[in-house]
Amino acid sequence: MWESMSRREVLNVGAGAVAAGVGLTAGPARALNDYAEQIKKFTGGKTPVEGRVKLDLPELAENGNTVPLSVAVEAPMAGVHVEEILVVAPANPNARVIRFRFSPMSVPEASTRIRLAETQNVIAVAKLSDGTFLQATRQIKVTIGGCGG
Amino acid sequence: MAEFKPRIRLDKKEVKKGETVDVKTLVSHIMETGFRHDPDGKLIPRMIINTFTSELNGKFVFGCDLESAVSANPYFEFKFKPEESGTLKFTWIDDEGVRIEATETITVT
Repeated sequence: MWESMSRREVLNVGAGAVAAGVGLTAGPARALNDYAEQIKKFTGGKTPVEGRVKLDLPELAENGNTVPLSVAVEAPMAGVHVEEILVVAPANPNARVIRFRFSPMSVPEASTRIRLAETQNVIAVAKLSDGTFLQATRQIKVTIGGCGG
Repeated sequence: MAEFKPRIRLDKKEVKKGETVDVKTLVSHIMETGFRHDPDGKLIPRMIINTFTSELNGKFVFGCDLESAVSANPYFEFKFKPEESGTLKFTWIDDEGVRIEATETITVT
């Protein structure tokens, strides 16, 4: 299902599902959560630009309970720094995964370990101090889900 | 109350100005998601660390807001360029308001 859809289609379907208040029935997959809403809230309605964010996840996670995640933003222009990065998981029970907060002292990269309920496209959105937003999407296959649902 | 035992590793504690320090932190915590049920079918309430911050001499360096989707025993790695020597303080706060703290000393030459 995911494999056969482009990112745009996935986003459209997700937004439609949220708008209609109904679940998307993609085989055994659970309905997508309100991740689009969460991104909108984070960006204040601005559309993030695809690129310059590097989101690293394994291609395949056998255990969804502890999946290593790294995110980094390509060096922005002088005087601009990365303020925050929000990570969302559209097929988890709760869309929000983590929000990293940086300072002018920071190197704009961070790593942690996360839980993923099932195969899905994880999204990272970075907020820059000049008010722009950048985004990266990465698919990960999960063999055994890890949200204790 | 559970033992939390924070662990911190800095790749170096003495740096020249402009150099990057790599910080790895780990703290033991169950990170109960709030989505699981006990054997009687009752929902187990959420109990997670919801905030982590790192400060140098009281100045914010790095932090994050955690959700249920962060794995048990939260691990973070981040990098920064310290502006001055001093105390690097790490604070984790969980849903019950328990604060876990740790400090490291950094020297900038």
